Amino acid sequence: MNTPLSHIRNFSIVAHIDHGKSTLADRLIQLCGGLDAREMEGKEQVLDNMDIEKERGITIKAQTVRLAYTAKNGETYTLNLIDTPGHVDFAYEVSRSLRACEGSLLVVDASQGVEAQTLANVYQAIDANHEIVVVLNKVDLPAAEPERIKEQVEEVIGIDASQAVMISAKTGLGVPDVLEAIVQQLPPPREGDATKPLKAMLVDSWYDAYLGVIVLVRVIDGVLKKGQTIRMMGTGAKYPVERTGFFTPKMIQADQIGPGEFGFITASIKEVADTRVGDTITEDKRPTEAALAGFKPAQPVVFCGLFPVDAADFEDLRSAMGKLRLNDASFSFEMETSAALGFGFRCGFLGLLHLEIIQERLEREFNLDLIATAPSVVYRLVMADGGVQELHNPADMPDVMKIAAIEEPWIRATILTPDDYLGGILKLCQDRRGIQADLSYVGKRAMLVYDLPLNEVVFDFYDRLKSISKGYASFDYHLTDYREGDLVKMSILVNDEPVDALSMLVHRTAAEKRGRVLCEKLKDLIPQHMFKIPIQAAIGGRIIARETISALRKDVTAKCYGGDVTRKRKLLEKQKEGKKRMRQFGKVEIPQEAFIQALKMGDS
Amino acid sequence: MRRDDGSPGFGVYIHWPFCAAKCPYCDFNSHVRHQPVDQERFAEAFRREMAGMRERTGPREVTSIFLGGGTPSLMKPETVGAVLDAVAANWTVPDGIEITLEANPTSVEANRFRGYRAAGVNRVSLGVQALNDIDLRFLGRMHNVTEALTAIDLAREIFPRLSFDLIYARPLQTLEAWEAELRQAIGYAADHLSLYQLTIEEGTPFYALHRAKKFAIPDPDHAADLYELTQTVTAQAGLPAYEVSNHAVPGAESRHNLTYWRYGDYVGIGPGAHGRFVEGRQRIVTIAERHPENWLAAVEQNGTGITSGEQLTSWEEADELLLMGLRLREGIEVHRYEALANRGFEPERLSFLQQQGLVESIGNSRLRATQAGMSVLDALVADLAQ
Ligand SMILES: Nc1nc2c(ncn2[C@@H]2O[C@H](COP(=O)(O)OP(=O)(O)OP(=O)(O)O)[C@@H](O)[C@H]2O)c(=O)[nH]1
Ligand SMILES: C[S@@+](CC[C@H](N)C(=O)[O-])C[C@H]1O[C@@H](n2cnc3c(N)ncnc32)[C@H](O)[C@@H]1O
Ligand code: SF4
Ligand SMILES: [Mg+2]
Repeated sequence: MNTPLSHIRNFSIVAHIDHGKSTLADRLIQLCGGLDAREMEGKEQVLDNMDIEKERGITIKAQTVRLAYTAKNGETYTLNLIDTPGHVDFAYEVSRSLRACEGSLLVVDASQGVEAQTLANVYQAIDANHEIVVVLNKVDLPAAEPERIKEQVEEVIGIDASQAVMISAKTGLGVPDVLEAIVQQLPPPREGDATKPLKAMLVDSWYDAYLGVIVLVRVIDGVLKKGQTIRMMGTGAKYPVERTGFFTPKMIQADQIGPGEFGFITASIKEVADTRVGDTITEDKRPTEAALAGFKPAQPVVFCGLFPVDAADFEDLRSAMGKLRLNDASFSFEMETSAALGFGFRCGFLGLLHLEIIQERLEREFNLDLIATAPSVVYRLVMADGGVQELHNPADMPDVMKIAAIEEPWIRATILTPDDYLGGILKLCQDRRGIQADLSYVGKRAMLVYDLPLNEVVFDFYDRLKSISKGYASFDYHLTDYREGDLVKMSILVNDEPVDALSMLVHRTAAEKRGRVLCEKLKDLIPQHMFKIPIQAAIGGRIIARETISALRKDVTAKCYGGDVTRKRKLLEKQKEGKKRMRQFGKVEIPQEAFIQALKMGDS
Repeated sequence: MRRDDGSPGFGVYIHWPFCAAKCPYCDFNSHVRHQPVDQERFAEAFRREMAGMRERTGPREVTSIFLGGGTPSLMKPETVGAVLDAVAANWTVPDGIEITLEANPTSVEANRFRGYRAAGVNRVSLGVQALNDIDLRFLGRMHNVTEALTAIDLAREIFPRLSFDLIYARPLQTLEAWEAELRQAIGYAADHLSLYQLTIEEGTPFYALHRAKKFAIPDPDHAADLYELTQTVTAQAGLPAYEVSNHAVPGAESRHNLTYWRYGDYVGIGPGAHGRFVEGRQRIVTIAERHPENWLAAVEQNGTGITSGEQLTSWEEADELLLMGLRLREGIEVHRYEALANRGFEPERLSFLQQQGLVESIGNSRLRATQAGMSVLDALVADLAQ
């Protein structure tokens, strides 16, 4: 039985990071009986089901849940909620989710107010033609000022907040009102005809160890049923549907998915490339006429090389990447080889957190040990012969004599901060070659708009911003254009041998400082060896910074008797294991974390 | 004393797991009992365990016996006698082989020492640990310097051979203070000394205190200086290091400990004792139950307190050989290592380490750590074992 359109509400929960989206989702699931008290017991943010999400307390992947809600008017509605991530690196997940539904719950922390991603996400929702319910969360906190924040929402965002719902997602206070507001204020699907040919949006897909590829769809017209042969209109791939069903959030099989609804299908899909998010799914024998507009593909902004620690794991890495790519269409990879690291992949990410998370997932979910090289943005090289080429990897930089100009990507950043930290943040932006575009006030907070080179932002700008502002500033950005820059390639030499995985392009004026900080960092990251190790930064043949790791002087077990041998051997075996996580450069072993840790510049 | 023929040998180790009090730095298998220990029962259990071991090793000639602990000087001389008799009943014990007993200076009484001597003990190793009372108190020891010196005198009178232990690199210990104490110790020493840098072992009271920053131990640089000083002073005094922490007049090395470091065979009898010997054609490891009374019960019920007896793979043996052998000034026999590891050392790595002055070849068959290499031996072994 399909739910009539009038009784369906599809919505995303959007907010700045940590404003309580996933916690609100918990409460909504609980109130609608999606999970009972026992199943919720002791759990928080049940939709954050990856280990990595639980550990970091953040949502990485959007999740969809179908709930049945009996409203005050006695009618039962089907609610499809999508919990989205808040971190700027995952903005693509948000934009996709918004495209698949008609309404949004805009959650705003009533103690913090409007933040940079609040703005970025709500503008996206408005762009997607959404009706918006404003939810002021965390009213249980002593610092909460819901009335003031309500005004702020109206003032800064310019939307009507007169019907805003005030809640505590943590205690559950006010959450029933959210459900009523969803039914009253959000629209049902705008179109949907069960008799028309099948037209469904491929919202997401991921790989499940037991079921294979699972595809999340939003049906527009027609009905999706088990046994149907479907066709992906973009890729042309055809598959018979094996299972259909819903997430409640438990995975429940159902006979069909009707118009206006979200659900999942499985269809023994083998090819990663066959399930492209944003594609239109139709029935092969009775196709729809017009495909949906599709999503704008995600633009990777940071690239780095990922190499297996053990060269024998290369094929495993390739297949793991294929599977992970199914889970996360916003990351890309292609094979590369490096003199020092052997065979691996050059991968594109939406940001540094995204990079860290993909690396960690590859290591944990697929049991691989990886080395990540220095992340880099995509440079554009204007060659002396007039040609233009992209540079994803500083190690591949051609002879400088052949290059006429190097262009680098710039972003426009929006930063919201309490006035107190404005000075520090202005200095940070200035140090990072920023150009101020605007400075205005949102209540007592400054809203700063800056143009910045992406390369100055990617590595640790966010961390620095957080530390300067004691966590109070928020930040959002988008790519704008490419601009020419006075960039040079800086190489790092460890024990007199160049380590290509650490070479990078830097602005000439910043080179010396960066070189110095990098050498200092490496000094801390590379363990002492039995001999001293010089670390140098160089531009061309010129050394611009150097540090020395002194030789180890004392490392010997004082007493060792017959009975200790087993213990000592086990220790040695562990040490050997540990060494596998290091990379040998000449005589020096560099721990794999060093490659990425070294680039977090700290106080610069 | 018998001449050292350089062979690894076959040693018998007996563990007495009781102490009068537990020292705060100690992670040995030692336990404090407030009821008297039934020594006859333990002696009987040692006897049974040994008979079982004898089945496994076959007939062999013993090169040394060592009664370690815990505090073996809490054993009655009769108990020691019974245990030594049991060794002789199972294996061939030639006259005059080294028979050592570890003694704490506190539990000394002249009559006991004479009793041990009569039972066959010919060497004692005294846990002196420090030659100043403040540090002895810090180390939680039950004796003072006067008692320690009395024990040394008495032991010299009664036993043909004597060694004692000191723990240095104590909190705030300066080079000058240690040098003075060390010279004093050399004055009292016979022909053997064990000089250990204080190690903070996990699970001990010192571990928690150290972590809580209640005291600090010398940093690696200072520790290295103390170590180098120790090497120089002892060598000048004719007691050079023959192992990382052990010093002897040449020829007076501890035969028993040489067996460990030369990676020879030994049986381990008693709670928590380890053994390594060839059984059939395979080298095996035995590990006994650690808890004294549980060990006793296991022997009484099952005839053995051994809880695990794995066979070593040959590369595990190679690693162990390296770990133990490079502790010795005489180093290792390269062929023996290569045969076990089924590979040689990487020539490039080896020549680099040589060039760095960390290892050196002796003739064309042995390899040893230099003095600089000894200070970083753990790193050196990890590098060579790769
Ligand atoms: N006091 C209080 N804390 C809350 C409330 N709602 C959420 N929190 C806490 O705020 C933190 C963030 O909550 P989440 O639900 O994970 O936030 P989120 O918006 O999903 O975060 P991202 O997915 O990472 O963007 C958690 O520690 C919650 O326990 C609330 O109403 N009151
Ligand atoms: C088997 S132990 C104990 C012998 C005897 N029970 C005693 O304490 O005198 C042998 C020696 O190891 C040394 N030792 C024990 N624990 C140590 C530690 N944590 N750090 C350095 N040396 C230690 C002591 O010098 C001790 O005498
Ligand atoms: S006397 Fe020896 S074995 Fe006993 S606790 Fe002290 S150091 Fe350990
Ligand atoms: Mg979340």
